[in-house]
Amino acid sequence: MTVLVAAGGPSAQLLIRGAHALDPRAGVDGPADVLVRDGMIAELGGPGTLPAPEGAEVIDGAEHHLFPGFVDPHVHLRTPGQEHKEDMETGTRAAAAGGFCAVVAMPNTDPVVDSPELVGALREAAAREARVPVGFLGAITRGLDGLALTEMAELREAGALGFTDDGRPVSSAEVLRLAMQYQRLCGGVLALHEEDLSLSGGGALHEGRVAAELGIRGIPSLSESTMVARDLALAAHEQARVHIQHLSCEESVRAVAAARESGTRVSAEACPHHLLLTDEDVRSLDTSLKMNPPVRTEADRQALIDGLRTGVIDCVATDHAPHAREEKEVPFEQAAMGTTGLETAFAALHDGLVVPGVLSLSVLVERLTAGAEVMGLPVPRIAPGEPANLCLADLNASWRAGEAGWESRSQNCCFAGRRLQGRMLLTVADGRVAYRERSWALAPA
Amino acid sequence: MSRRHLLSISDLDRPEIERLLARAASFAEVFGREVRKVPALRGRLVLNLFYEASTRTRSSFELAAKTLSADVQNFAAAGSSVEKGESLKDTVATLSAYRPDAIVIRSPYAGAAALVASWTAASVINAGDGKHEHPTQALLDLYTLSRRLGSLDGRRVWIVGDVLHSRVARSNILAFHTMGAHVTLCGPPTLVPRELAALGCEIRYDLDDLREADVVYALRMQNERMSEPFVPSLREYVARYQITPRRLGPRQLLMHPGPVNRGVELSGDVIDSPQSLIDEQVQAGVLVRMAVLYELLAVAPPEPAPVLELTPPAPEPQPA
Repeated sequence: MTVLVAAGGPSAQLLIRGAHALDPRAGVDGPADVLVRDGMIAELGGPGTLPAPEGAEVIDGAEHHLFPGFVDPHVHLRTPGQEHKEDMETGTRAAAAGGFCAVVAMPNTDPVVDSPELVGALREAAAREARVPVGFLGAITRGLDGLALTEMAELREAGALGFTDDGRPVSSAEVLRLAMQYQRLCGGVLALHEEDLSLSGGGALHEGRVAAELGIRGIPSLSESTMVARDLALAAHEQARVHIQHLSCEESVRAVAAARESGTRVSAEACPHHLLLTDEDVRSLDTSLKMNPPVRTEADRQALIDGLRTGVIDCVATDHAPHAREEKEVPFEQAAMGTTGLETAFAALHDGLVVPGVLSLSVLVERLTAGAEVMGLPVPRIAPGEPANLCLADLNASWRAGEAGWESRSQNCCFAGRRLQGRMLLTVADGRVAYRERSWALAPA
Repeated sequence: MSRRHLLSISDLDRPEIERLLARAASFAEVFGREVRKVPALRGRLVLNLFYEASTRTRSSFELAAKTLSADVQNFAAAGSSVEKGESLKDTVATLSAYRPDAIVIRSPYAGAAALVASWTAASVINAGDGKHEHPTQALLDLYTLSRRLGSLDGRRVWIVGDVLHSRVARSNILAFHTMGAHVTLCGPPTLVPRELAALGCEIRYDLDDLREADVVYALRMQNERMSEPFVPSLREYVARYQITPRRLGPRQLLMHPGPVNRGVELSGDVIDSPQSLIDEQVQAGVLVRMAVLYELLAVAPPEPAPVLELTPPAPEPQPA
């Protein structure tokens, strides 16, 4: 069974000419012609050397960069049950617009994805509507109740990539331990939302100076780091394969580094907002900056950047979390938690980390694709014989996030209104053109 | 005052605060008159929008507005469309259709007044937003103290009690600092966030040095907080933090934002002692709120609210 599903469409016939191709894994870094035939990368050549075959669209890539398509291991497509926020089509359109050629959807929908039938239904929906391939995680516990394990083996057979109770922690150490033991039977990564609710309950932003001054109950870093420590100890004991979701604080990064050092099979992700924003940005009480875990201090942000650079944090995940307007147009403490992120992830990270020289472009590209590896999927590569998973970007173009609206059904983006340098022009996902930037004129053949 | 709203005490610099206090003092005379009314805001509409129970704040805003001859309409969350699930934004849109000159809002949520200000053409006065701010309380406290002490420069103020949950504490820290006073926060460590030291406050966990204070500002120990274990028992809290005649020196002034839990944060006899300014604070509340309304509405009249469009807009030209 193929693990990722997307709607069909015509296979791409493209010649992308003269773009700077960059794929650190494939050792590609320089101007090149890339020929895509029947949705597969057929040939790589020096710039201007490959002839255009009959019927192929020729794209002038000069001055642009061509990357392997990005893979997001953590998105909320809100279907089933909350299609007024997002659905399979709008969510994957947003993914394509951000250069993502695959996304992994979380199961905290309504109803929760905790049965093989639901996984099957979602895969059918993806086969009809998804612009880019979608994979699904099943819930660890039924209805995310934290008490009873789902039929993990059947979920895996139905196509679930792995398991998560994302949005909620598995509060009981015993329940998580059983899931780790059961993983030996069924496989599939356990992706963990780390939060001690007794420490975080009722909090709305990072516990620190800003929260104290605003008089808003804080979410301490401890609520994450103590659970990370607990779960890494469990994983080490059970030799489980775990993935720590949306790391937000320095202590968690240190815990992951130490666990990996001692051989625990752990991977970790960080989100663009945690890598770029701090609680000082939340002083204005802009509800699009309310998310869980919250953005924290500058020291935490720097620790996350370091973790991303050194590889302690394997990959970038957006935690794309669409919300309806009325859930955000309320006082901060009442607002729903989450930010959309698919359409801005690359641009925001390029603008905020690569342009100022904090992170190299090749490391960013590697971390934006490594979500595939974390989820046990093939990693997109720019190499002959590989399926075409590509994105073409103009790194000099600057745009205001949201200026031309969003592909997502929701607008709650924490970067909305920011000027970002780096713009996605074209995305090819699993051999099909999934996105073209509207104002970008294609060069004549 | 050139501003349209009063959302935070940090909106005001020292000259602006002094000007407001002087204005409040000028209104004190009105209260001595037989006819306690001045026509300054005649024909103006002030809406009180209260999402939390309040006795003195709401009534003193009402009294202040009426003394200035404004019309006042009160909206409380209980018994209104809010109980039927209407959002704050929709409520404000509805009330704005009455074209009020000012909306006075009390909300259990931080930032609510600022949000309302972004949704209405009226002047907005923050009458308490969550545990964030209560700027008119800070102003009335400054007014009360200025009557007794003159300048606050170099004075030492101890704020004692549940600082964590207190919007009064947050506004007053800023206000006392702006006026040159030194602020010490004192209470059980579970109710005094250490992060507030960053504002330049000293933090103490016992009353041993309370005698250094010129002003003791006691906060209400909110009974509803006792459901969470912030302090092991009210008895232990009272033993350690209650302001009693033994702990309060004769030259120290005692303040409290009210309502007082008699026998909890204050002993019954200090409330009625000559050091207590509690009744003066209540009186000052009306004067200061008159001054705020006057400065926002009479000195700097807000841009008129847009008149409701009664004629339908012209239809869009249809494509041929």
